[in-house]
Amino acid sequence: MLEIKDLHASIEGKEILKGINLRVNAGEVHAIMGPNGSGKSTLASVIAGKEEFEVGRGSLFLEGEDLEDMAPEERAHNGIFLSFQYPVEIPGVSVTNFIKTAINESRKARGLEDMPANEMLRLIREKSELLEIDRKFLSRSLNDGFSGGEKKRNEIFQMAVMEPKLAILDETDSGLDIDALRIVAHGVNKLRSKDNAIIVITHYQRLLEHIVPDFVHVLHDGKIVKSGTKDLAHELEEKGYDWLKQEKLV
Amino acid sequence: MNMDLKDKLLSSFLAFENNVDVEDPVHDLRSEAMKNFEAKGFPTKKEEAWKYTSLGNLQNVDFSIFPKQESNLEYKDVKKYFLHEIDTYKIVFVDGVYSSYLSETTHDGVDICLLSSALTKPMFRQVIEVYFNKVAAQDDSLTSLNTAFSKEGAYIYIPKNKMPKKPIQILHLSTGHEAALMLQPRNLIVVEQNAEVQIIERHQSLTENEVFTNSVTEIFAAKDAIVDYYKVQNDASSASLVDNTYISQQDSSVVRVHTFCFGGKLTRNNLNFYQNGERIDSTLKGVTILGENQHVDHHTLVHHRQPNCESHQDYKGIFGGRSTGVFNGKIVVDRLAQKTDAFQQNNNIIMSEKATVNAKPQLEIFADDVKCSHGCTIGQLDQEALFYLRSRGIPKKEATALLMYAFANNVLESVRIPELKARINKIIANKLEVRVGFEI
Repeated sequence: MLEIKDLHASIEGKEILKGINLRVNAGEVHAIMGPNGSGKSTLASVIAGKEEFEVGRGSLFLEGEDLEDMAPEERAHNGIFLSFQYPVEIPGVSVTNFIKTAINESRKARGLEDMPANEMLRLIREKSELLEIDRKFLSRSLNDGFSGGEKKRNEIFQMAVMEPKLAILDETDSGLDIDALRIVAHGVNKLRSKDNAIIVITHYQRLLEHIVPDFVHVLHDGKIVKSGTKDLAHELEEKGYDWLKQEKLV
Repeated sequence: MNMDLKDKLLSSFLAFENNVDVEDPVHDLRSEAMKNFEAKGFPTKKEEAWKYTSLGNLQNVDFSIFPKQESNLEYKDVKKYFLHEIDTYKIVFVDGVYSSYLSETTHDGVDICLLSSALTKPMFRQVIEVYFNKVAAQDDSLTSLNTAFSKEGAYIYIPKNKMPKKPIQILHLSTGHEAALMLQPRNLIVVEQNAEVQIIERHQSLTENEVFTNSVTEIFAAKDAIVDYYKVQNDASSASLVDNTYISQQDSSVVRVHTFCFGGKLTRNNLNFYQNGERIDSTLKGVTILGENQHVDHHTLVHHRQPNCESHQDYKGIFGGRSTGVFNGKIVVDRLAQKTDAFQQNNNIIMSEKATVNAKPQLEIFADDVKCSHGCTIGQLDQEALFYLRSRGIPKKEATALLMYAFANNVLESVRIPELKARINKIIANKLEVRVGFEI
């Protein structure tokens, strides 16, 4: 599904990704862990196509298609979804209207007409139930005045509606209490299928108890320095990131 | 004839004076005012208040000064400029002349009619003596110019405890029969104790012929009065407007003025609030969206003179093309005005390299127990927000329009006439080319 080879990326002249190699197949969940400043969010942004980052050497392919030069909206139309670490507040645009616009733009890109109103309503209702979001919430302005937990739940709600092929969850667990975490993880797990893939970016192991990964990669200073199964996450939790230095991996 | 505008106005005034009644209560006022204009002339860029707004080009245009006879305008031709979705009183002027055909006035418990009547009929004499020209600046040359030629405009008098059955629309239409026309409407609005009124005012030129409007509006809000005033400035690209509005508020009154500026080539709004009492609430809000070579200059003044009053200003501007914008927000808090709560916010987005904005908050605070916050920002669209929308598949152009719409939106929240809010929404959506795929 996703193939990253020797990917380099920098911002304002500073190199953040220094040769990332990663392969994610359909049906898999990959976790990316690492200390602050390792490049986790940069990796997420670069896959989603954020233009502030300059991609240097290396390649990025989604289902065999080269993502270089593809605008963020095109990547979304091709099935990439990024759940933001800090979802943006957009006062004046309601959650519902935002979702409608996003869905219809994707359909337009694929040559389809707007989704009929009753189908849209059904879809929104179904997915909001999944994320335990009540109807009043939907008419509020997007992320405006939302708590941290509400923002993250709204991200996964969008993911549920957009049904992406590749979802990247950027520190979805940060700022969540145990209940919110449970709801969000439940939502993500419900969306897992053999046809899609998920990259979970996290600092802590806690989320991975709920969203169990097939593979865990450790990012340090712009490179993946170690890969393993979910047990690697436990090891990191116990020994801390300093352990990587000891293992002479960094 | 190579007369510049000032000379033309001076000589026209003599003819104007000869046609009015010397017994007219306003006669002396007019003469004084003309002397003042003659001494000062049109403001130049050397004056701080006019640093960024030049009236130079206008002064070289050969404007007709006097309104012509009533033109034949069919309602259907101008219907779209009215807020026709609701029932309102209407005071309509065509080329400066009252149009009885297009208007709907009343004397049923309230007076919603013409200044020309109020200035000449004995039954209005007392109100004129008490209020006319009593809040307008006496030392401002354009205000004086308007006073000198004051004859026609809206006269709205709401007695104690009364409220008109419906809102009032004031429309100034120009037909383009003159190649270039100068209009000087004068509005007087008096709202007595515990009375209320809602007013929408609009200037509209129907052709691309030049129109220069120099307008003065005086509003008096007595104790507990509520005035809700909406200015819709979406005029033709050949229209210039200087709007001088002066508001005097008494104890516990509430006056809100919303200014929506989307059209015209040059618009100068001088909006002045004088708080002459306690527990007064003054609100000044605006949305400006300009492009091409349009220019707007918002000069606001809120003068806190007594304790325990509040004021809120929120102006949003979006500037594209080679447009230019000015925001100068002055707040004066007198030494007596303790416990003042003044809030001023001006946010601007520049959409193109050639657009320019000058924003200046001016605070003169002489009391020590006050809360005054102000913030002026000039920037581009939030790139993170843009990326967020694009990452959801919304193309750059639509995402940009959506963000600009959202930016302007919170000023619209406080519009209390739903049909007007919807109309403004449509104008904004059109101007920004927002795909109206969602309900507004």
